[in-house]
Amino acid sequence: MRIIYLTAWLIAQMICATLANAFEIEEQKLYKSPTGTGNLHIISTADISSFEPILLAFQEENPNIDIDYVVASSAQTMAAIHDERAPFDLVISSAMDLQTKLANDGFAQTYVSSATDSLPSWAKWRNQVFAFTQEPAVLVVSEHAFRDLSIPNTREELIELLRDNPQEFWGRVGTYDVRTSGFGYMLATQNSRNTDSFWRLTEVMGRLKTRLYCCSGEMIDDVASGRLAMAYNVLGSYAEKRLQTMDGVKIVPMQDFVSLMLRTSIITTNAKNASAAKRMVDFLSMMETRPELSAASGLPAVQRLETTAAKGLRPIRLGPGLLVFLDRLKRETFIRNWQNSIVQNNP
Amino acid sequence: MTLRFVSGSMRGRLVIQLALIAALLSLVLFLVVRTVAERAAADTQDNILLASATSISDALYTERGAVRLELPYSALSMLGSISEDRVFYRVAVGGETLTGYDDLPLPVSNDANQFDTYRYKGETVRAVALKRNFSTGNHSRDVTIVVAQTRLGLAAISSRITNTAMAIGVIFFLLATGLSLWAAQSALAPLTRMAGAVTRRGPSDLRPVVGKTPAELAPLVEALNSFILRLKASLNRSEDFIAEAAHRVRTPLATVRTQAEVVHRSLNQSQNKTALREMIRAIDESSRSAGQLLDHAMVNFRTDQFETAQLDLVELVKETTDRLSPTAGLKDIGINVAHDIPEFPFSGDAILLQNALRNILDNAIKYSPADSIITVNMTSDPEYQIAVIDQGRGFQGGDAQSYLNRFSRGENVDDVVGSGLGLTIVQEVAVAHFGRVEIQNNQTGSGACVSFILPRG
Repeated sequence: MRIIYLTAWLIAQMICATLANAFEIEEQKLYKSPTGTGNLHIISTADISSFEPILLAFQEENPNIDIDYVVASSAQTMAAIHDERAPFDLVISSAMDLQTKLANDGFAQTYVSSATDSLPSWAKWRNQVFAFTQEPAVLVVSEHAFRDLSIPNTREELIELLRDNPQEFWGRVGTYDVRTSGFGYMLATQNSRNTDSFWRLTEVMGRLKTRLYCCSGEMIDDVASGRLAMAYNVLGSYAEKRLQTMDGVKIVPMQDFVSLMLRTSIITTNAKNASAAKRMVDFLSMMETRPELSAASGLPAVQRLETTAAKGLRPIRLGPGLLVFLDRLKRETFIRNWQNSIVQNNP
Repeated sequence: MTLRFVSGSMRGRLVIQLALIAALLSLVLFLVVRTVAERAAADTQDNILLASATSISDALYTERGAVRLELPYSALSMLGSISEDRVFYRVAVGGETLTGYDDLPLPVSNDANQFDTYRYKGETVRAVALKRNFSTGNHSRDVTIVVAQTRLGLAAISSRITNTAMAIGVIFFLLATGLSLWAAQSALAPLTRMAGAVTRRGPSDLRPVVGKTPAELAPLVEALNSFILRLKASLNRSEDFIAEAAHRVRTPLATVRTQAEVVHRSLNQSQNKTALREMIRAIDESSRSAGQLLDHAMVNFRTDQFETAQLDLVELVKETTDRLSPTAGLKDIGINVAHDIPEFPFSGDAILLQNALRNILDNAIKYSPADSIITVNMTSDPEYQIAVIDQGRGFQGGDAQSYLNRFSRGENVDDVVGSGLGLTIVQEVAVAHFGRVEIQNNQTGSGACVSFILPRG
């Protein structure tokens, strides 16, 4: 008898596992509204702690919408929507390339409203991908490490500095591991497109036994603790939020150009609650008018006029160009080249 | 003004036909512009697709016997730079997908460059397929590159082109219709001109229509002229007939009158005398009528073949009054002529003018009581006016001006011999000299005032 029960239990477990989501969830939180009538399912790459102020402000304006907020990595988000067609209404992601691919492959709904119309052309694509934040990739330096050195302002100066002071920076430079971080990969590929100095910089960094990281947060922690003298291509929005409570760490925007990562949202084609998703897109598109939300979340809103006018700021261009680096062969080649440059068996 | 015989309008028909032609041409223009422009837009997309596929094929290389690809950034970004269309690509080596969307259809045939339009991922896409032969070491492989793009941008361009072509068509139509209105107007202008020329003619102007007419109107003008000629001949015949008749009647009448006078004188019985007097009166009336009919025929003839000469109206008037003074003397009527300047130089037909003046004075003498004065008052400013004022009974009843019509007489003239032709002759002579006749009752005292007015210079 017992064997039978056990077998039945095992089979039930297996069925449950199959039914459950195959993609990995990092966090999940349900925001019940006072008069909840519709449930808005969001899958996002932004963690709950940073996104909560925005969700609560949205719910204040729309008290009848429950929000089911699921956090996953960009790759898992892609798997959930593209491969599994998981029932989410809205996808919020910092992986512009994957969002573009979702729209290109027909997973995004077209939506036009006065709010989305007011977005500059670089902040949307096909009226399906809508940017709501612009986050610069910056250099973070430890002030302690630069007591006797001048802080570089361009990539050329950075290369020169690293080349001239190998002892100072041996093992004390950090950057994204593009093999594991989708965001790091996107930044690196865009850098390679924007400047010829990218590969030289990678080469120089490889020679200094550069440490590789998965996330901006850890790099900032290591700069603050003094393990790193500098971290290259750190997400500026994270850095600024963390620096409010840290001393001795400085954010340096490069003067030759600053890549701007755009956090984007798309409404899925199989959205059950598209109307709520559209209200969220409108709300996010107008975040520029709510600076307190940017302050609370640490997510800088799209600046319509300033960014369009500024020369050094380069928003990463949404569109089919982003698909190029998602190409399997292109990715293989890029990562092999990058690996050959940065992972060197130095003495 | 609607005329009973009017049916449709040539101008209207012309305008409608031209407008229909313009509409047809506008439609053709619209279709041509749209077709050409859309073809151009579609060619542009095809060219960019081909450029993209070519740049991909150029980035193919072999590595250890395998075909590899370093997808160029521009291959896809160039497609994204002109429109926000979805982009798909596939690179296959001998049917095996190397990279890209592995469900994107491969071309069936073996042509080098093939364009195709089909449905893919729920949308219509335009695709180009490129075939390249690649040798990897000891054997060659067929590489197929397919690049496809949705047609959102093309649809937007197409709708813009349609709007532009529509606007061009409408403008062309309006312009052409406006011009056809003008063309119809100007094509029919000679007709209007001719109608005007014929309408403006005087009642007795029976000259043929001359002047330039377009070939199309020549038959009409010819027909009209031949009609006028026939009408004129017919009128002449009847006038001749009347004149001839009057002439034939007048001479025997004169004989009869003389005989009647002789008999009258030899008669003693008053009863018979009265009867004969009545007879003589009737003969006078007939004779006078015949005379005036002759005069009228003469006036008609002369106005047709107008002969002008320089003359002096004062002299003319005096001559006429002199000639009539014996008749006036019979009734003890004096004729006074007054003129404000010594000479009234005028260019006209002396015989006609004399005839007119004689008729006026004749009338005046006829209706004047015995022992009265007829005043001929000539003034020269602003026009020549010859006013003949008598002290008779004047005009009574009706419109005085209507006496100018043929055979029209006043209501108070039963006892006086008359035909009703006298003033008609006067009127015809005045009109032939571009003048007019005004008749009214004398403003000061009784009597009639007939003014013969001629233009000066």
